[in-house]
Order: sequence, then structure tokens, then C-alpha cells
Amino acid sequence: MSHAIADSMTMIGRSIRLGKRNVDTLIMSIVLPLLMMALFVYVFGGAIDTGTEYINYVVPGIILLCTGYGAASTAMSVTDDMTSGMIDRLRSMPIRGFAVLTGHVVASVARNALSTTIVVGAAVAMGFRPSASPLEWAAAAGLLLLYVLALSWLAAGLGAVAKSVESASALSFFMLFLPYLSSAFVPTHTMPSFLRGISEHEPITPVIETVRGLLTGVPIGDRGWIALAWSVGLLLASFVLATALYRRRVDD
Amino acid sequence: MIVEATGLRKAYGSTAVLDGIDLEVAEGSVFALLGPNGAGKTTTIRILSTLSRPDAGRLRVAGFDVVREPAAVRGVISLTGQYAAVDAEQTGRENLVMVGRLMRLGRPGAKARAAALLERFDLVDAADRRVKTYSGGMRRRLDLAMSLVAAPKVIFLDEPTTGLDPASRTTMWDAIRDLVRTGTTIFLTTQYLEEADRLADRIMVLAGGKVAAHGTADDLKARVGGDRLDLRFTSAAALDVAAHLLGGFTDHERLVLSVASDGSAAHLHTVLDDLRAAAVVPAQVSSHRPTLDDVFLALTAREGVPA
Repeated sequence: MSHAIADSMTMIGRSIRLGKRNVDTLIMSIVLPLLMMALFVYVFGGAIDTGTEYINYVVPGIILLCTGYGAASTAMSVTDDMTSGMIDRLRSMPIRGFAVLTGHVVASVARNALSTTIVVGAAVAMGFRPSASPLEWAAAAGLLLLYVLALSWLAAGLGAVAKSVESASALSFFMLFLPYLSSAFVPTHTMPSFLRGISEHEPITPVIETVRGLLTGVPIGDRGWIALAWSVGLLLASFVLATALYRRRVDD
Repeated sequence: MIVEATGLRKAYGSTAVLDGIDLEVAEGSVFALLGPNGAGKTTTIRILSTLSRPDAGRLRVAGFDVVREPAAVRGVISLTGQYAAVDAEQTGRENLVMVGRLMRLGRPGAKARAAALLERFDLVDAADRRVKTYSGGMRRRLDLAMSLVAAPKVIFLDEPTTGLDPASRTTMWDAIRDLVRTGTTIFLTTQYLEEADRLADRIMVLAGGKVAAHGTADDLKARVGGDRLDLRFTSAAALDVAAHLLGGFTDHERLVLSVASDGSAAHLHTVLDDLRAAAVVPAQVSSHRPTLDDVFLALTAREGVPA
């Protein structure tokens, strides 16, 4: 067990180092959400009626949008390892297979934490006025962390099956798309009924509603538990799926 | 025997890639698996290094069963694949330290080992540069260095010099010879007969998933016989006529017929007279000692022709 932890630590160090040096991806994962936020707040926001300052409404959505981009680049780095020969070297060494995926997942969570912090900081500068107590902040951060962890394992799983880095980025496309179909940018009651069915039942909506409630004092209701259940369920399912897909990929 | 395989079989779908391979490698020797693309060389290496599972066969590496004790096998081998498995965004030193830590040398141990290997592979100046700035030869050297971090008993090298320029190839050969001096067993694959000839104690020729021949370089050359006379023609038709007349092995791509010879002027005379009588005159004639190319040609040529 201590070996598994030591191997994972080494692989986490590697993935974080690689992530830091992949400057394009790093900048994209920070700049793109900032641009999206500016776009929604200054361009579309004025026309969207949410019953509150639009920036207070949209910040949780932007944070979730970030996780989508983060997941896409995680999937791509996993596929890069799978297709570059690195996986053969690692597998011919006496280390645990899942340490490779763990490295990418933890680096992904770290990258997301960084970009989320920057996005929240920028939002405050743009007029975001959260009313959360330290406890509510901690709860929001904890939920987001759980959700990002789940999404990162899902991305690692997609990365493990993708045949090329390009198809890994295509596979993770839907992760970028899901936030638009949620209550991230507009209240779901404004959508046509067939879309509302999707947007109210996809996992992102309860997560966003809960984070929004915790940060800005909007009532959460039972959405907090739904968000928690979704995140925990997604995490377990993604972890099992990713390790199974990894094993299937390397078994020939 | 440090590497043993008996009845090794592997198929992908209905295609048999390895069709009953037996091999033995003595400790401290260099064993070369020689063959064209698709002969099953890489599959053999992947199976012996625990990356791929065989369909059948008894396989042992350093006394461990490859299928039932993969973790033990991984502890005593290393693999250098066909494509340099190095992280381009890490420096040479970081790559080596990472492997050292994964091989449980501890942080100080991994650093010391990395420094020693950088020195040994002439990478000290480039040690703290990212690998993406390295030349192809430097990458291969780093790749090999990464395989040596834990001082493995058996090193599997899959086409270690494919794609390298002649100078880098020579450096690679020297590095491999150094390894042999330290008692490491080397199991390599190559498409280059010259490489097998220069490095290997024993050579196995693989063709279509079967063993076409095995032995020392001299054994294999002896199978082709004494000197060879190469006759180059200008048309495939002339080549066929000459082959019908004289026997030997034909290389249709280069339009060359290679026949056994005793190296005497009299034999050369007879051959040329026979050809003139049949109205096929070779454009060029050369004589040489048999090379592994001849062996290869002989073995693969025999494949297609019913005995």
C-alpha cells in the first residue's frame, strides 16, 4: 500500500510538472473562462433577467464551465501517455497501473483549483458580491472539489479509450457543452419544455444551484443533497469505469 | 537460461502472429531477434516483458513465470520500446529521477543514479534542458539510460537503432557493448543484419511468426555456404532465365541473382560462358563473403518455394 502511495505521489509530481509546462493549455484553461465570464456579464447579461445582478447569477456556471475545459485537457494528456510509448515503459516497471491515472486526475484537480480561484478573484473585481460565510465557502469548495474529482476520473477514462489525442478532445466535447444546457447561464424555466427536462435533471444544474445558493444566499432546498448524491455517484462510477477502461486498453 | 520460451503462440483475431516459438537466452549474452516488419518481433518482446499475454507457451524470465508472476519479472527487467518513451516536457534529469523513484531508489538514491547515468551517456550538458530540445540520438540515449536506472538483469531493446543516423547508431552499439561487459543480458530485435552480426552472440531469424533459423552469425552464414557471386541484370526476364540456369537466390527488387561459388576465376568463367550461351549477360558481377543478408535472402526466398 505504501508503494502504491509513493508511486502515485511520483506520478502526481510528474503530471503537475507536465501541466505547468504545457503553457498553451494552462493559459487557455484560465483565459477562456475569464473571456466567457466577461462575455456573459457585459454582452449577454444585460438582456438576461435572473431577478438578481447577472454576475452573481453566472459565476457558479463559469466555474463549472472551467471544469469542462480542465477535463478535456486531462483526457488528452492521458491519451498522450497511452499512445506515446510511455505507458509501455511504465507498465514494464513494478508499479501500480492506476498510479498513472491518479497522477493525471490529481493534477487535473489542482489545475481546476487554480483556475477556479483566479475566476472567482476576477469575478469579485468585476462586481461579484458573494454573501457566503466561511462555512458556506468551505461547503461550496468541497462540493466543487468532489464534482471536479468525479469529472477528472471520467475524463481519465475517456482518455484511456481514445485512440488519438484528437479523438480524446472530441470525446470530451460534451463535457464542455453540458453547462450550456443547465441553469448555468439562464434560469431553466425560460427554456422550451423538452430542454427543461434535460436541464433540470442533468447533474450540473443541482451542483450549480447549490454553489449559487451557498455563495449568494439563494435558498437551496433539497438540491444540496441531490448535488452531493450526483457527485458521489459520478465519482464512484467514473473511478470504476476509468480503471476498467484502462485495464481493457492495456490488456492485449 | 535467463530467458526461456517454449511453444509461444499469439494470435490477434484469426491471424497468428507467433506460431510456436521456442527460444533460450543464456545469462550475460546478447540475443538478437531478426526479421522483417510484421515477423512478430515486437509481439515477442511485448509478451516476454509482461505487456501482452500469450495464447499459449511456457515462458520464464530470470526464473519467474512471465504470466503468473508478472510483478516479479518487472522487477528484474527493463524495456526500451521502438519509440523513445521519454517525457518531452521534462528535462533529462527529471525523467531519470522519476524512473528512479518509481523503482524505489528513494529521492537521494534516484538523484545520484540520474547523475551517474547522465555522465555515462554523455548527457551532462543537456541534463537540465527539456527533452523536446534533444536530437533523436540524445533521446534514444536517454531512453536507454532510463532503462538502466534499476540495473536490470535483462534488457529488452525493440529496434534500438531504427531511424538513427550512422554516428548515433555507432554510439548506441558502444553503449550496448558496455552493458554486456557489466554482465547484463540483452534481448534485442532488429531489421538490420549488420546490427545482429556485430552485437549478438546468438541470432534467431523470424519470418511469418515462425523461427526460420537460429544460431550464431557464423552458423547462419555457413548455411549459405562459401563465397557468393552476385550477378545483376537489367531486366526481370533475364534474371529469371539466369536463375533457371544457375539456381541460387533471386532478389527481384535489385534484379540480382546470388549463386554459391568457390571464389575461383575458373568458376566465374564457367558462369559467364553459360550465361552467354543463354544470351543473358549480367550488367555487373561481384563476389563477396557471405553476409547475413544472404542468409536472410536464402531463408525468406525458400519460404515461398515449395521444397
